[in-house]
Amino acid sequence: MENSEKTEVVLLACGSFNPITNMHLRLFELAKDYLNGTGKYRVIKGIISPVGDAYKKKGLISAHHRVIMAELATKNSEWVEVDTWESLQKEWVETAKVLRHHQEKLEAGSCDHQRDAPMQARPGQKRKWAEQRQDISPKKLLEPKPKDVPKVKLLCGADLLESFAVPNLWKSEDITQIVGDYGLICITRAGNDAQKFIYESDTLWKHRNNIHLVNEWVTNDISSTKIRRALRRGQSVRYLVPDLVREYIEKHDLYSYESEEKNAGVILAPLQRKPADTNSNRTA
Amino acid sequence: MKSRIPVVLLACGSFNPITNMHLRLFEVARDYLHQTGMYQVIGGIISPVNDHYRKQDLVAAHHRVAMARLALQTSDWVRVDPWESEQLQWTETVKVLRHHHSELLRSLPRREGPDHSRARCTAPTAVPELKLLCGADVLKTFQTPNLWKDAHIQEIVEKFGVVCISRTGHNPKEYISGSPILHRYRHNIHLAREPVQNELSSTYVRQALSQGHSVKYLLPDAVITYIRDHNLYTRDSSWKGSSTQRSEGKTGWEESASPQNSS
Repeated sequence: MENSEKTEVVLLACGSFNPITNMHLRLFELAKDYLNGTGKYRVIKGIISPVGDAYKKKGLISAHHRVIMAELATKNSEWVEVDTWESLQKEWVETAKVLRHHQEKLEAGSCDHQRDAPMQARPGQKRKWAEQRQDISPKKLLEPKPKDVPKVKLLCGADLLESFAVPNLWKSEDITQIVGDYGLICITRAGNDAQKFIYESDTLWKHRNNIHLVNEWVTNDISSTKIRRALRRGQSVRYLVPDLVREYIEKHDLYSYESEEKNAGVILAPLQRKPADTNSNRTA
Repeated sequence: MKSRIPVVLLACGSFNPITNMHLRLFEVARDYLHQTGMYQVIGGIISPVNDHYRKQDLVAAHHRVAMARLALQTSDWVRVDPWESEQLQWTETVKVLRHHHSELLRSLPRREGPDHSRARCTAPTAVPELKLLCGADVLKTFQTPNLWKDAHIQEIVEKFGVVCISRTGHNPKEYISGSPILHRYRHNIHLAREPVQNELSSTYVRQALSQGHSVKYLLPDAVITYIRDHNLYTRDSSWKGSSTQRSEGKTGWEESASPQNSS
């Protein structure tokens, strides 16, 4: 398939990133290789969107630090970057809204871009993306304009997929929007469990072509929870998180017994909201 | 206060290529020994195996040494030592241990002052111990018939000691209890648990590279750049590996399994 016929994809990962780890970064690499390998997609950008403090998760340290750590972690990445919009909102923002925000942003940027002479990066556009488009486009004079605006897809692990079943955590219309309008790339080592989960949900089943399960052959259990635990116990986290992140954590003494108790007893933001309908725990 | 025994950790293997998992072994081992209260880890050595080991897909030693060096650029306590790779033939692990141990003793500062006065001596400096650092899969290979000489196994666990890092699918306690030699010197075999399950292996990395897949965040960026610059582990290069080699012990981290068929 010609490059110009492929659907351009932007991968969006939402989460606490408390802290970001090599595992988070691997998700992007695995997803990109998988989607590019189908021949139907071309991944052009990855976005890390750390959740805002209003999420009120236990142990969640200030967004300011989490954003900086993510930026340090992606310093050497050519295509993955950090977006602070979600973290700067005063109230917690539903994932579907974050997806929508980024999709709308792409659409706005794309209209401007197509009017321009090719290869010019307009102010306000993400510079990395514009640079990448320059590299990828084979003909510089006759720029083959992609038919569609790039599509944002949610990148996640199996835990997020399966959290769709947690009562009151997700609005059913949000789930429908996420898998219907955007799409999910789910990296998992337990492919069968994930497939079963999709099978057992009418909504997910309906949009199964928009849910990509990518197998993680090399089990990589570097969870942020374990990182925080190791740090509390004075154990090394070297080679589990990027060096710059580790140095930042040490310098600012970010994770301790005290920090882990933050928001203890506070109800998670999504659970504080009234469900849209009374039967909110069905995903079908 | 009782002073701790200084320890240097030595990891032998193919390091083909070195990965974050290899680097983690040192971190986990050091944390473990320190929390016993008995040891002070003062150094780490990575010793890539000689080309004459003739393992399939083994790239030239000078590359493997260079990659390890790049990976350890930012480490302040682990270094790579090319001695083993520079020997004319493959060297048994126990001989590598002996070599580095004597080097270690040679580098110690002398205890006596110029006036030979005993009064000047503070508490005697403990002699540093050199321990073999490895994954649980290596401990298992001690059982493989004819792979290791019994006398060598004994010398390794008796005279030096082993720090063994857990690995998915392996039960090192079982290997120890199943071997009379290992059981007798079990006090000198330290079993450290890696809390972060990680099945990363050089084999996986090589496969990913030959398929054109990303290995970013599995090994240091500097090593990835080196691999790319020198065109290592591409689909073409993997076919150049000698087809006469046996593929023994294809576990995830089989680098340290040394065929003890030469005396």
